[in-house]
Amino acid sequence: MAAKSTTPETGKKSNVSKDELLKYYREMLLIRRFEEKAGQLYGMGLIGGFCHLYIGQEAVVVGLEACTKEGDKRVTSYRDHGHMLACGMEANGVMAELTGREGGYSRGKGGSMHMFSREKHFYGGHGIVGAQVPIGAGLAFADKYKGNDNVTFTYFGDGAANQGQVYETYNMAELWDLPVIFVIENNGYAMGTSVKRSTKSTSLYGRGLAYGIPGEQVDGMDVLAVKAAGEKAVAHCRAGKGPYILEMMTYRYRGHSMSDPAKYRTREEVEKMKAEKDAIEHVRDLLLGAGLANEDELKAIDKQIKDVVNASAEFAKESPEPSVSELYTDIYA
Amino acid sequence: MAIDVLMPALSPTMEEGTLAKWLVAEGDSVKSGQIIAEIETDKATMEFEAVDEGIVGKILVAAGTSGVKVNDPIMRLIEAGEDANAAPALIMAARPVAAPVSAAAAPTAAAVAVVAKASPDWPAGTPMKTMTVREALREAIAEEMRADPNVMLMGEEVGEYQGAYKISQGLLDEFGPKRVVDTPITEMGFTGIAVGAAWGGLRPILEFMTFNFSLQAIDHILNSAAKTNYMSGGQLGCPIVFRGPNGAAARVGAQHSQDFSAWYAAIPGLKVVTPYSASDAKGLLKSAIRDPNPVVFLENEIMYGQTFEVPDLHDFTIPFGKARIWREGTDATIVSFGIGMRYALEAADLLAKDGISVEVIDLRTLRPLDYDTVLASIQKTNRCVCVEEGFPVASMSDHLASTIMQRAFDYLDAPVITCTGKDVPMPYAANLEKLALVTTAEVVAAVKSVCYR
Repeated sequence: MAAKSTTPETGKKSNVSKDELLKYYREMLLIRRFEEKAGQLYGMGLIGGFCHLYIGQEAVVVGLEACTKEGDKRVTSYRDHGHMLACGMEANGVMAELTGREGGYSRGKGGSMHMFSREKHFYGGHGIVGAQVPIGAGLAFADKYKGNDNVTFTYFGDGAANQGQVYETYNMAELWDLPVIFVIENNGYAMGTSVKRSTKSTSLYGRGLAYGIPGEQVDGMDVLAVKAAGEKAVAHCRAGKGPYILEMMTYRYRGHSMSDPAKYRTREEVEKMKAEKDAIEHVRDLLLGAGLANEDELKAIDKQIKDVVNASAEFAKESPEPSVSELYTDIYA
Repeated sequence: MAIDVLMPALSPTMEEGTLAKWLVAEGDSVKSGQIIAEIETDKATMEFEAVDEGIVGKILVAAGTSGVKVNDPIMRLIEAGEDANAAPALIMAARPVAAPVSAAAAPTAAAVAVVAKASPDWPAGTPMKTMTVREALREAIAEEMRADPNVMLMGEEVGEYQGAYKISQGLLDEFGPKRVVDTPITEMGFTGIAVGAAWGGLRPILEFMTFNFSLQAIDHILNSAAKTNYMSGGQLGCPIVFRGPNGAAARVGAQHSQDFSAWYAAIPGLKVVTPYSASDAKGLLKSAIRDPNPVVFLENEIMYGQTFEVPDLHDFTIPFGKARIWREGTDATIVSFGIGMRYALEAADLLAKDGISVEVIDLRTLRPLDYDTVLASIQKTNRCVCVEEGFPVASMSDHLASTIMQRAFDYLDAPVITCTGKDVPMPYAANLEKLALVTTAEVVAAVKSVCYR
């Protein structure tokens, strides 16, 4: 049995199995609960500095990770916790990095915006808006040089989409047919500046057309639509046809960072999105509506996720701070 | 009315060149704008066109002549019926055409039967060959590209143009466009791409046409390449070389004349290399390409054509963090690096005539920096002058002076003096440009001052 979902842009129907839907449900819920817990630890002073939560945007990374194979790479901005969890990095290691502890992915030396995993091909975690875009194309350059069919997912926001280096990268990525998917996570706001206040462009993906890069706008709140678009993009890249742009129309429920009072939008706007477009509720409705799962099954998943997240918080509190000798290690490889 | 056509200067640093080919013969009529010769400079082979009209009365420099000085007469134009041997009434330079003619094969260094004296860098008795800094750099890149298929060269005009300064001449032919990659003029973008490629398993050599343009990309050099190994807890080293000419060339104005040595040397996570001689250029560049860290490799356009002896060894490298003592002395120490060494060595020669024995140290790498060699020398001479072409504020010399003060204060018989470029944007006028750079006379005066002479 399978649920049916219609992606608004393509109008195509996709048949999705129970297992697949449950996987998306679990992965999106993990990100949401993890981020809620991170917010809580921040409030308790256990996480310092900048902390940018991914709540609301979960469908983007979960849908795209469903299109990947071993060897594919990903790189993103500072709003990166969700990307790490979605590519299989451990919640414990991510949370312990947020608290700046020895058990973190960077042994406490990177923080929220700077985590990496060679093993999972996750290349950060970048704090300079837009800088990850040419880096992603460079990862793809290396794969093309080596002659494999790996693809690099390069995520950036609507704010970064106005950086000059994005267009320098578009030009070279298309010129050299690099296997890179540019994923614009358009959540409507670059910090406090709405897209309408930063550009007259009506579509951000459309800017790629000037360089010959195809792309499309996708309902980034619908994980199935994201997956369908992702597969199309991946097929394009793996076939050696060069880069592809996916503009994911999404929404972040929380502020830009923990210190954001969010005066630039109304509470009603946020509530409306939560009520009408929530990505997790959407999958939950699909599961329950088609009779693929019952409340008890989903509750059991909720509990499992909660346990994983609570355990990560405990781990992150108990892991010791890095030894003072770590101050002078890792400066050079 | 006879007109003498002179050997033109075809690049900011050209002092002489080769008259590769005449495209006209004696007796031919020449029109204004007609290409009359091909001239090979240290950077490229250029076509050379006539400004004036006339008949080729006499070719004064034969095709194939090398070492023709700029402004030497090379041809005499006459009018019909005029005597080609008459003294010219006018002396006119022809106009260079700013396009290289063809990718000539890379000149090979002439091997000479010289045998090395003892050196810490190579065994005594090592056969030596003479080569320019340019040839040494090219040889280092080519050797490392032959040894490791993941080494590749990227930058503006590195391929089909054969290198804006001919460093990469011939490399496209040998390694092909996959490994010698011409980029659009887009420093920030291609530097980020090169950093990503390094993380993806390649070992890029990224050429900046000059380091002035690295400012467009400095975020990736600092924030992406230099810091990520630390930020990732040691997971993500970035094996990349950022190289190109740095510092003042000649008469190219303020935006193209700046020494970034102290800027990059300030950044933990980078290695910073400033070769002076051809042997160091070669040995250090090979080390840089093999290094698992980002290396900023600062060359100098004026040094590209300078000739030195280089050991003729199959696999010759110079390790980072080992200064070279160019001459030993007892009265004072001069510490310098890169082109600063020219002033240091010239000053030491002059001072020797005055009976002052100067020890001259070439740092070779600024990060890591060989403090031990500097401090040991100061313990011997008790006096120090630091020399560099960069700006005076927050210079390498300032850093050395403060380190020497903190670690060798009791050994000093005089304050450390820093001789640097002046605190002004580089002027264009020839006389002002000379004044803006450090001079040998200033170094001589500084050494005399610390010696109380």
